[in-house]
Amino acid sequence: MNRYRADLHVHTVLSPCGDLEMSPSNIVKRAALKGIDILGVTDHNSTKHGALIRKLAEKEGIFVLCGAEVTTREEIHCLAFFENDDTLEKFQQFLNMYLADVWNNPSRFGYQVVVDENDMIVEEIDRLLIAAIDRSIDEVEEEVHALGGLFIPAHIDRPGYSLFSQLGFMPPDLKVDALEVTGRTTPEDIIAQFPDLAAYSFIGSSDAHYPEQLGTRMTVFEMETRSFAEIKKALHGEDGRRVSIMTDRHRG
Amino acid sequence: MMTVADIVKALNLKVFSGAGGLDREVSGGYVSDLLSDVMGKADAGQVWITLQTHKNVMAIASLKDLAAVILVSGYKPAENTAEQSEEENIPILGTDKSAFEVTGELYTLIK
Repeated sequence: MNRYRADLHVHTVLSPCGDLEMSPSNIVKRAALKGIDILGVTDHNSTKHGALIRKLAEKEGIFVLCGAEVTTREEIHCLAFFENDDTLEKFQQFLNMYLADVWNNPSRFGYQVVVDENDMIVEEIDRLLIAAIDRSIDEVEEEVHALGGLFIPAHIDRPGYSLFSQLGFMPPDLKVDALEVTGRTTPEDIIAQFPDLAAYSFIGSSDAHYPEQLGTRMTVFEMETRSFAEIKKALHGEDGRRVSIMTDRHRG
Repeated sequence: MMTVADIVKALNLKVFSGAGGLDREVSGGYVSDLLSDVMGKADAGQVWITLQTHKNVMAIASLKDLAAVILVSGYKPAENTAEQSEEENIPILGTDKSAFEVTGELYTLIK
């Protein structure tokens, strides 16, 4: 088995709260410097920087999981990842259909721009991407899995916009591929409170909005190679694959 | 003491589910859309006013022994939420009014 370092929760300049320095080319350069092997691209309710980051990252030998950080109707943030351009585009259409018709005010929330590999703006998104979509967490989970994707509730221990804050506890019938925790608590703390959650893998990520945050919190994937299928197996602890949140011990 | 049925009548609310619990007595109300907050702060016998429709709403209503749930702004319970309400005999009520309006009316009614 090989060990790979993954930061699966990263925003780009497309997210209104993402720093202007978070262009695809800057993110890839920085990720390479930080020794990130697997990078998850998760803008708020948009997948539009995934393909470019994947293309640029290939040259640096970084594997990219394209997806989004979805805000469900209950205002729960969930990470969703897709295997190929086709399913990613279908999920983008789902987001387009259900994102609230609220317009961004760039001076208040920040710019929402898609840029090219030379950091030139090619599109500005008008609808406010940090609004919620009009689909419940169950409906989003069903859509993600119908498209063969991975569904991971984000920062479940955060006091806002999280599974725990919005719904009080993890619904037992919700089908998740893993749970993301912040550094506030540990998976052990969470399992002590909710013993049923010992059945799931936990990941840790940077949730980077600024370049210097990239790779500050990562998850180690132990698996054969870097592919969507292997990542899914590792998240489910199958065939000897597994994941663990990276600690200082791993950094060595 | 006022019952859930009295409130349904006075505020002209829809009864989505859990009609078996309309005779529950109402001690007061609580307004919140954060289920984590309701879990910590709501008290038994209160009517919970919210826009959340997830099944976890009923788990928490049952845990806290609430009298009823009022969904505001035209929200409807998810199917499995309504089923749970039937099982628990805790009514889910509905109104097209906003949380602000229905809370004002309920407060005036039971204060």
